[in-house]
Amino acid sequence: MANKPDPDAKIELRGVHKRFGPKVVLDGIDLTVPKGESLVVIGGSGTGKSVMIKSVLGIVKPEQGEIFVDGQNVLKMDQSDREDTLRKFGMLFQGAALFDSLPVWENVAFGLIQGRRMKRKEAKEIAMDKLSKVGLGADVGELYPAELSGGMQKRVGLARAIAADPEIIFFDEPTTGLDPIMADVINELIVDSVKELGATTLSITHDMASARKIADKIAMIYRGKIIWAGSVEEVDKSGNEYVEQFINGRADGPIQMEVLKP
Amino acid sequence: MNFLAVIGRVVIATLAEIGKLSKFTWAAVTHIVRPPFFLRMLLQQMLRIGYFSLPVVALTAFFTGGALALQIHYGSSEFNSESLVATVVALGITRELGPVLGGLMVAGRVSAAIAAELGTMRVTEQIDALTTLSTNPYKYLVAPRIAAAVITLPLLVFVADIIGIMGGYVVATASLDFNAGVYLKNTINYIQDNGVTSGLIKAAVFGFIIALMGCFHGFNSKGGAQGVGRATTNAVVSASILILAANYVMTSLLFAK
Ligand SMILES: Nc1ncnc2c1ncn2[C@@H]1O[C@H](COP(=O)(O)OP(=O)(O)OP(=O)(O)O)[C@@H](O)[C@H]1O
Ligand SMILES: [Mg+2]
Repeated sequence: MANKPDPDAKIELRGVHKRFGPKVVLDGIDLTVPKGESLVVIGGSGTGKSVMIKSVLGIVKPEQGEIFVDGQNVLKMDQSDREDTLRKFGMLFQGAALFDSLPVWENVAFGLIQGRRMKRKEAKEIAMDKLSKVGLGADVGELYPAELSGGMQKRVGLARAIAADPEIIFFDEPTTGLDPIMADVINELIVDSVKELGATTLSITHDMASARKIADKIAMIYRGKIIWAGSVEEVDKSGNEYVEQFINGRADGPIQMEVLKP
Repeated sequence: MNFLAVIGRVVIATLAEIGKLSKFTWAAVTHIVRPPFFLRMLLQQMLRIGYFSLPVVALTAFFTGGALALQIHYGSSEFNSESLVATVVALGITRELGPVLGGLMVAGRVSAAIAAELGTMRVTEQIDALTTLSTNPYKYLVAPRIAAAVITLPLLVFVADIIGIMGGYVVATASLDFNAGVYLKNTINYIQDNGVTSGLIKAAVFGFIIALMGCFHGFNSKGGAQGVGRATTNAVVSASILILAANYVMTSLLFAK
């Protein structure tokens, strides 16, 4: 516990526990995301991936453990320090979580207008530019989220996550619900934002093609613990039977899905 | 033994809810008074809570004033009815019925709308998204709604006072054949002596209750469409009951002799 946070880490989780009622979701997560790198977390549905990144953002409060961002323990921060820390983040939610009362462009510009007090006109220009980066035209900017397809909403969510050029970006299943070509466009966008902005990213995905493309490192979560972590090159010869089952998508193996078999 | 356990659980759940509500109220109030302020949101909410509630409140007040005039007329002797009706209508509307009925009508409309809106934002993670965009949801969502309701409810009730008295006046002059000049004079005398501020203070408190209940239940809703539905119902019911209870307390304090 007395150990100092790792100076090369942008984000570091140590022994993070979270339960909802009797259900233990995070059971001692240890994970390090080095500065300027892209870490991808893989793992089955319901294993606590979304809860893990929400813990870093302070949306979910873990009962136990430490979470460092730039060496600062975010779980011990007061409100205003926490708000300052959150300014470093951009987040793409799994369900996009767009504001349905605002047009698309204002969703993208929201962090600039409300969070950073930028002039609406200026913010709109940036928003339109980010929208074009995710393959959406100016006409889409004037629509409301309810008028978009699921994949388009995802892309708007992505544009919103990168709008303020954050230092750290979290992507919760960025390519789910997109066609393979658009998925690859998004993968490249993620790779580019890491390169151009020097951003540190933490992504969650089930899509191994996407993971291979965007990751510097891969970690696998299972039953609330990180059971394997290594570089992308190592993932194919991990020697870990859980990882092998997951990346090859086999139904039989150590990971048993909780479904009733006839 | 089981019975005691049930009582214990209910008591604990109630206390936990009260604790949660107190924390929420404190957070909401501190965010109303501390910058930054979201003026755009405040104006938008004033329009939605205040302006769009006008028709409902006006109609309620008009018919209530009319019915009140009839009741007082039926209930009083032929001899003093003419002076009594104007005074009691003015008293009843400005002190009790204007604020209470206005408050209840707005509670039905606005608490429900706020709870449904914030509840949906909660279950679709929009409230979490606000946090990640450096915007405090208490500041951006809760504070403007509460401030707007506290500002607009007295204005609404002021309008309700006028229209309620007008309702009484219309019934008295058209159907009871009272003298219009005398009726107005009696009304004005009553208002000059007593004022309408007590009712407007009540209205501000009711506005606070309405928005607070809508926000609280919306913010804490969980579990999809059903959860949002439950939050909406709870918001209206709790706002209505709190309005009636607060009204009793304020009447006993404001008018204690
Ligand atoms: N607010 C909450 N209240 C209660 N339980 C929750 C809550 N949020 C998550 N859970 C539970 O925690 C577990 C992990 O959820 P989480 O959303 O992190 O899964 P995930 O790994 O992201 O799955 P997926 O790949 O399907 O998105 C689930 O079993 C879920 O039921
Ligand atoms: Mg998830």
